[in-house]
Amino acid sequence: MTTRALNRRVFLAAGAVVLASGGRSRAHNGTIHVSIENLAFVPANIEAAVGDRIEWTNRDPFDHTATVKGGWDIVIPAGQVATRIVQAGDTVEYYCRFHPNMTGTIKVR
Amino acid sequence: MKTILKAALGGAFLFVLAQFAPAQDKPSDPQIAHIAYTAGVIDIEAAKLAISKSKNTEVVEFAQSMVKDHEAVNVQALDLVKKLNVTPEDNPTSQALTKAAEEKRAELGKLEGAAFDKAYIDNEVAYHKQVNDALQTLLIPSAENAELKSLLETGLKLFQGHQQHAEHVAASLK
Repeated sequence: MTTRALNRRVFLAAGAVVLASGGRSRAHNGTIHVSIENLAFVPANIEAAVGDRIEWTNRDPFDHTATVKGGWDIVIPAGQVATRIVQAGDTVEYYCRFHPNMTGTIKVR
Repeated sequence: MKTILKAALGGAFLFVLAQFAPAQDKPSDPQIAHIAYTAGVIDIEAAKLAISKSKNTEVVEFAQSMVKDHEAVNVQALDLVKKLNVTPEDNPTSQALTKAAEEKRAELGKLEGAAFDKAYIDNEVAYHKQVNDALQTLLIPSAENAELKSLLETGLKLFQGHQQHAEHVAASLK
């Protein structure tokens, strides 16, 4: 077997593992970046597919959260990054629990 | 009784601000910096009292976030005055704010349990509302330096968030 054919088989095998593990780690999933600056989620409204990764980067010197009322709650400490893998039910409005005047939406497409 | 106390505190604050009412008496940038910093210190001290007294997780968490946020914004304020080579200037407004806050802290210090929690959170709602009104109507319009004005505007957004946070906690205490 040539090296190239071997590489191809390894690549296919890796692909099969990715598929077997389901939507959460689809090979083509993307990362959606949301910046937090000056007490605002930027952009405030995002669209995402199930399995996408939302990455909040907190550029403020204040701790923030991405919180869904009656749902999930992610703390994003000052100067740090926090993530969430988008689930089927994630068409939501979210806010910062510490500063409820900061709001955003996620629409699952 | 509570209403009377709240009215008295609100009245004291408004009286303090009324000293600046004539346009020619608007506060200078060094005075504005001092007032904003003092307002932050007052809220930090109230929060530390709440952390030491309250047994309510939500109240303690709120107070902890007040300490962190106001300390962070005051660090920014100190960095800015250093950069601008401005010395914050003590003034009657800062002094009256400090006096009113000392009285409020003494009053809160006598309360325990749920009565303390409610009085602390109600005062946080009222206090942030008053500071936000002062920022919007007096301090931001009076600020001459663009960077100071911008920091005050960030402060306003932050404190509006605190006011809403306090309102949420107040609603959950009922």
